[in-house]
Amino acid sequence: MRQPAKVAAAIGISALAAASFGAAWIRPAGYAAQFREAPTLAPCARFPLGTDELGRDLLARTLYGMRLSFVLAGSAALVSSAIAGLAGVATGVFGTTFEQVLEIGSNLLMSLPWLFLLLLVRALMPLEMPAEASVVVTFLLLALLGWAPAARVTGAAARSLRHSGFTLRARAEGAGSWRLIRHQLWPNLRPLIVSQFLILLPGFILSEATLSFLGLGVGEPLPSWGGLLRDLEDYSAVAEQPWRVAPLVLMFLTVACLQSLASENARRKV
Amino acid sequence: MKHMWRRAVPYLLSAALHLSAAGRWGGELRFAIDSDPKTFNPLLVTEQSSGIVRYLTGGMLIRWNHATQAMDPELAQSWRVSPDGREIRFELRPEARFSDGSPVTAQDAAFTFRTLLDPKTPSPDADAFRAGGQQVNVEALGDRVLLLKFPQPIAGVERLFGSIAIVSQRALDTAPDPARMPTAGPFHVAQYQPGAEIVLARNPYYWKTAEGRRLPYLDGVRLKIRQDRSLEVNSLLNGELDLIDSVDPKAFARLAKAGGVRAIDAGPSLDSEQLWFNQNPAAPLADYRKAWFHSQAFRQAVSLAIHRDDMARLVYDSHAQPAAGIVPDSNHAWTNPALKPPPFDLAAAQKLLASAGYRQEGGELKDPNHHPVEFSIITNSGSATRERLAVMLQQDLARIGVRVRLITLDFPSLIERLTRTFDYEACLLGMVNDDLDPNSQMNVWLSSGPNHPWYPVEKAPATPWEAEIDRLMLQQSHETKTALRKKAFDRVQEIVAQQAPVIFLVGKHSLCAYGPRVGNASPSPFFPQTFWNIDQLYIRADHP
Repeated sequence: MRQPAKVAAAIGISALAAASFGAAWIRPAGYAAQFREAPTLAPCARFPLGTDELGRDLLARTLYGMRLSFVLAGSAALVSSAIAGLAGVATGVFGTTFEQVLEIGSNLLMSLPWLFLLLLVRALMPLEMPAEASVVVTFLLLALLGWAPAARVTGAAARSLRHSGFTLRARAEGAGSWRLIRHQLWPNLRPLIVSQFLILLPGFILSEATLSFLGLGVGEPLPSWGGLLRDLEDYSAVAEQPWRVAPLVLMFLTVACLQSLASENARRKV
Repeated sequence: MKHMWRRAVPYLLSAALHLSAAGRWGGELRFAIDSDPKTFNPLLVTEQSSGIVRYLTGGMLIRWNHATQAMDPELAQSWRVSPDGREIRFELRPEARFSDGSPVTAQDAAFTFRTLLDPKTPSPDADAFRAGGQQVNVEALGDRVLLLKFPQPIAGVERLFGSIAIVSQRALDTAPDPARMPTAGPFHVAQYQPGAEIVLARNPYYWKTAEGRRLPYLDGVRLKIRQDRSLEVNSLLNGELDLIDSVDPKAFARLAKAGGVRAIDAGPSLDSEQLWFNQNPAAPLADYRKAWFHSQAFRQAVSLAIHRDDMARLVYDSHAQPAAGIVPDSNHAWTNPALKPPPFDLAAAQKLLASAGYRQEGGELKDPNHHPVEFSIITNSGSATRERLAVMLQQDLARIGVRVRLITLDFPSLIERLTRTFDYEACLLGMVNDDLDPNSQMNVWLSSGPNHPWYPVEKAPATPWEAEIDRLMLQQSHETKTALRKKAFDRVQEIVAQQAPVIFLVGKHSLCAYGPRVGNASPSPFFPQTFWNIDQLYIRADHP
């Protein structure tokens, strides 16, 4: 049962990623073009998902929004899991002292009111900064604030590795830190870090959606899932135009596929 | 005979109107307010919920009529302003009573104004009376005449009385809880459950009558306190509420399609959306950018490149109109009919830019010193309509080669940039106004004003045209002759249109809706749209 679910999730996520990265080819007019003579259109041959109030192609906006989410949430998850991985390796090498520092650091980070911090950083950004750059900064901040839970997991795993028989034996045989990292810690921590990446990725996708839904994430005219979900606030409009839930469905599928891959990966490690 | 019919027609029409206005007695009207009132003391009102309670319960000497846009007699049956504008004399109607049955006397009115003008009373309404910082003399002449003497003339002084509810001296002395205080308006507060609702009961002694009985038609009004107004539309549709003010265009479309409910576009409100460039010389911006923003030709060209019709059609579902300037058409007394919204004219915009030394190079606009013309527009986050306006601006200005970056900020950060650091290039925001008189806009148009958008609190007018606006605004504020005030304010509107320090985009319409139970509703574009004639509203017999 596990394997078919993983295959289906892998196929699903690959198809969604392919569609999003092929957005420029699928919808060459782009996400920002306003066809003002055709606002709020129902799906048709020209606009398969219809248009928004300004006559912008909703399929283009959905695909470009998905691409933005994949790239930025993926990068943020990569940065976070890299930091978590480094923290795990350092715990394995440096022992109790570093572990305590890591615990204090992660406790502090997890106590930060990140939304407030994000508001502060956005307020301090220079006006010359392009919209794309401000989004990158936002995600970088999310990444820098989001690694603590993953670091706790890798730290705990590294602690148990440090006290395992094979590590003690390697140390007794005179293995140095670098050798210990290469042959004992990294091979054992790697699957865990991949799992953490797969867990963090949907989390960051949802964080982007939440921030943009609040108007604090990806700003207009850049499309994002959160921005597109704001149109669903008026649920009566959804009843009249059911195709407008497409971004929500795609986001749900993406997160479900990623969660499925993450849990399959975690089960394999157990 | 023919002539007799001609004479009779107006009377018959009037009688018919009267018949249609006759209401049914009894019943309760229900609508929602955003929050608990911060005060029930009508002299201390600072926010909308308290203002609504004051509007429904307060007895004013005179009140602004939304239909005629003139002051109507209320507790005062007549009033007269002296020719020099320094004195106003009210004669109170003998039948005016508070809700406990006690008469409304000139002593009560004098007590109200003395309390209001007492420096110990932190009343936001008092400043307007204290023109020149000197004391106003308040005198009760017998039981029915109130005389107010001002140290200097106040233009449009009558409008100031429209928001002052007369309080009972005796009631305040004996029962100082303003929530339980007798009121002289159509209702009084009967019950208050914090966070839940306020129940108003009819004032059995209200002075106004119909069909030989005392108005209001309604037995009471139930104000439901709801912080989340997004549920109001559903509540109206399922009959839980009877009316909604300030409906957004999307919800309006839904209500318009629903059966039973009447969705009304009451016409242009006093609210508008506008763009302005930062003209503060101390702003931390490059000099060449400041030069763009100081250029009248640049501002006018930007204004001409904006497709206001598209904005009104797409963002507001046609429930808005291109804005011509400071005053919307709906403000009959003060609008300058000679002013028209700037047309969408790319050729004229490009010509103006060329005349000022700007050039198009590969689809990009370059200033006379070869700098590419690009700037950022800041606006507040969370406003979908404003973000859409900004996106349309971006596309419109791209057609004349101007590159625009959009930045949404949380409101405190936005205000910080606009009023303290001045670290912004252009700003897109709305202007909300609930007073038709130009004096209410002094803080916006005077160069020394704190809300002077493009360069607040100027020590001296930075340009000759700002000096002229200052002179005209001050002139109209001291002038008592309406025609002369109008002439001065018309000129202010012309200068703003010519110089475009603020580029007006669209004027929003006032959208509201009411349910099938409500009779005699006559929505107005101004606050409070649906219940300004609360004493005439009734619950229909077919929907008890």
